[in-house]
Amino acid sequence: MVSRTTDDYVDMATAGCAAVCEPAFWAGFDRSSVQGFYDYFCQLTEHEPKRAAKFGLAHYTWLCINPKESEDVNLAEEVVGLIPQFLNKPNVLGIGEIGLNKNSRNELKVLEMHIDLAAQHDQLILVHTPHLEDKLKGTRLIVDALKSDKRIKPERCIIDHVEEHTIDIALDAGFWAGMTLYPESKCTSARAIDMIECYGGERVWMNSACDWGVSVPLAVPYAALEMRRRGYNSENIDNLVFKNPARFMSQSPKFKMPAA
Amino acid sequence: MTRQQALDLYFMEARAKLIDVAAFLDRVERSEGEPDFRWPAFVNALKALGTGDAQRARQVLLSLSDPTAEPIPAATTKAACGAWPGMK
Repeated sequence: MVSRTTDDYVDMATAGCAAVCEPAFWAGFDRSSVQGFYDYFCQLTEHEPKRAAKFGLAHYTWLCINPKESEDVNLAEEVVGLIPQFLNKPNVLGIGEIGLNKNSRNELKVLEMHIDLAAQHDQLILVHTPHLEDKLKGTRLIVDALKSDKRIKPERCIIDHVEEHTIDIALDAGFWAGMTLYPESKCTSARAIDMIECYGGERVWMNSACDWGVSVPLAVPYAALEMRRRGYNSENIDNLVFKNPARFMSQSPKFKMPAA
Repeated sequence: MTRQQALDLYFMEARAKLIDVAAFLDRVERSEGEPDFRWPAFVNALKALGTGDAQRARQVLLSLSDPTAEPIPAATTKAACGAWPGMK
């Protein structure tokens, strides 16, 4: 939400959203130094929660250097070294969104650094999977990396941005699967609900892309409307859009269940 | 959701998208220029629409995906283009 206006917070609160879960991500440009990340982590852990609170929204976050900035391993090592001092902040749920972007060797090294960091500090993990033609291969590499570290519990990791060709890779390995809703180019509400109907709704969540690109913060409420159009009842909808993410995030003692 | 309900809800939207795809194919075919790997990748992906296994979305995505397993030596760009350049 750091790239969104307060109007988006107003819309989300009006639509019934109760909390925001914001991972560290690429800013649309590469940060030039480790100090830039320090400032960003302060923004995520100190300033953004205050901004969200003005609209009655709880704000949670995840910290990392995003895969899109992971090609520079030296910079990544410095940034990963910063993260422990922020892990005790009250709104930090874990490490994320980590993963791969172009599936390079350096990206994989940095992913392994983050996995080790999460294991050392017993943190939840939020995983970014690559987009478009890179998603299938990247999801396989990420799942292999997570499974090869025996300290990592799959039920404490969510593999995000799954689509029809990767959701089974995440779920079959015991991970949660996240479906990120976009207004164009990636997963729509209708397709996300199709996947839930085909693969079940036990370990899945839907989230709204809210970045600096074309994205819609109300994508999850719109998905709830889509479910209602298909005949889902209120309990089914509540389970998928509210209780499932709350159940996953409640694995962190810092997560407080917001009022429904 | 019954088949009738699915059609009532989604037919008009899908019809419009289908015509958009058809118009896109016509637009590219009547244009001139160098070959581009995305075109045969797209045309190849269309074949998945003709299958009857109720996994068409998955098959389209798979046909446009990088099928290799090894990490690449280095990332030289951040963006994805939607189709795998190595497809033969």
